[in-house]
Amino acid sequence: MFERTDAGAGGQVGFFFEGSRVEARAGDTVAAAILAHGERSVRTTPASGAPRGPFCFMGTCFECLVEIDGVPNRQACMVVVAEGMDVRRQEGAREATP
Amino acid sequence: MRRYDTIVVGGGLVGAAVAYGLAREGESVAVLDEGDVAFRASRGNFGLVWVQSKGDGRPEYARWTRRSSDLWPGFAELLAEDTGIAPDYHKPGGLHFCFSEAEIEARRAMIHRMHNVHGPGGDGTRILDRKEVQDLVPSIGPDVLGASYSPHDGHASPLRLLRGLHAGLAKRTGAYFADHRVQRIEKDGGGFRVEAGGETFSGGKVVLAAGLGNRELGAQVGLDVPVRPLKGQILVTERTKPVLTMPTHVIRQTEEGTIMMGDSQEDAGFDTRSGTGVISAIAAHAVRTLPWLATVRVVRSWAALRVMTPDGYPLYEQSESHPGAFTVNCHSGVTLAGAHAQALAPMIALGALGEELSAFTSGRFDVRAN
Ligand SMILES: Cc1cc2nc3c(=O)[nH]c(=O)nc-3n(C[C@H](O)[C@H](O)[C@H](O)COP(=O)(O)OP(=O)(O)OC[C@H]3O[C@@H](n4cnc5c(N)ncnc54)[C@H](O)[C@@H]3O)c2cc1C
Repeated sequence: MFERTDAGAGGQVGFFFEGSRVEARAGDTVAAAILAHGERSVRTTPASGAPRGPFCFMGTCFECLVEIDGVPNRQACMVVVAEGMDVRRQEGAREATP
Repeated sequence: MRRYDTIVVGGGLVGAAVAYGLAREGESVAVLDEGDVAFRASRGNFGLVWVQSKGDGRPEYARWTRRSSDLWPGFAELLAEDTGIAPDYHKPGGLHFCFSEAEIEARRAMIHRMHNVHGPGGDGTRILDRKEVQDLVPSIGPDVLGASYSPHDGHASPLRLLRGLHAGLAKRTGAYFADHRVQRIEKDGGGFRVEAGGETFSGGKVVLAAGLGNRELGAQVGLDVPVRPLKGQILVTERTKPVLTMPTHVIRQTEEGTIMMGDSQEDAGFDTRSGTGVISAIAAHAVRTLPWLATVRVVRSWAALRVMTPDGYPLYEQSESHPGAFTVNCHSGVTLAGAHAQALAPMIALGALGEELSAFTSGRFDVRAN
């Protein structure tokens, strides 16, 4: 699993993953914060339902999709964690109609 | 020199469908294609198998299109069995949404004009009022007043179709040569010598299915092929759960869940750039049709070039000066893939185009004057 290699200078930020409060470091992306928290998968694929997790960390592979504050299919590696953010797993394809 | 029964020039949907059909007839076929630099409508189209508006004013085209749509279910099954690649064909019927009374009247008049083409019973195309449309697509916006509906319309994955045709060809007596741009075609005894990619190929027959390249190639074998590009742009969204049960002529949901929106008709020469003006017009129309699309993200957009004849109908012809040289051109290569593989290819194998295709020769473009 992932471990932080230094104590870091930034402050703490709290957000919610699947309804549970998670502590992250200010400046973490949502993807980094979830991995550091010990979760490996954040979504299931629309095609086969297999679990998937953050992979490329640069916005290319779309493997890290999550729902953030009610908006589906967001790239967790491209969004910086903010206090109180509500992050949910992206289970398969999103609903089309709200 | 390599010898084949037939050399097909162009490996897009048209060439691949004809080549696959010829290979199924037992012919040895070579498909000579360009590389990635090429204009390739087959990789950039919308994927409709569309019948309802085709052939208004040209009953032969209405019948030919309908024949292809009738062949499609069996053709899709055959391809899947043959190659393991299903073209994701579905025929739930299709809708053309109308936003004004005038538009509804225009569609009604078109249906009326085309009514007798398929026999006295018509072909089931009809106008639906808003309520009836809502029963089929509950999430339409308030501006949709009605639609025309045809049970013969459907859609497919054009990329899977193309891959399937190539796989079916490779499995049989077909050989595909990429990066083999054809430069010269000459008569050679009873057949043809074709120079491409520094090699010489020999074929009993030659089929020009090179899309926009046919104009130049046709001239070498006595065929007048006045095709020109007509640009179309398409947008694709992220995947969503299945929501659209049937395609419309400008919006459809793919098997994978993406929603495609399109497609423009732009007279822009060989320019294949996409631009924000047309992209936003396509998006605005889509959101007016289905307001929830405003919350679904667009992930890709592109432009591609249609292969258009002067009147928009297909051009099928065998050369008089070079018998055995055929040309095949159309702007609906997905729709007509069934007919190209299963009706046209057997005619070419026999060496003569059928009577039902006599309306599609280039003679119709000649101006007659006294
Ligand atoms: C935006 C858009 C939307 C469309 N939507 C639909 C739709 O919904 N339904 C539908 O039925 N149709 C649709 N079409 C049309 C459809 O894509 C075309 O009818 C079809 O792809 C044409 O296939 P083709 O093989 O003739 O042409 P192409 O795909 O252009 O293939 C021609 C091939 O010939 C090759 N070539 C050219 N010159 C030479 C040469 N000298 N030597 C060797 N090879 C050569 C090229 O490299 C190319 O591979 C659409 C088209 C566009 C652009």
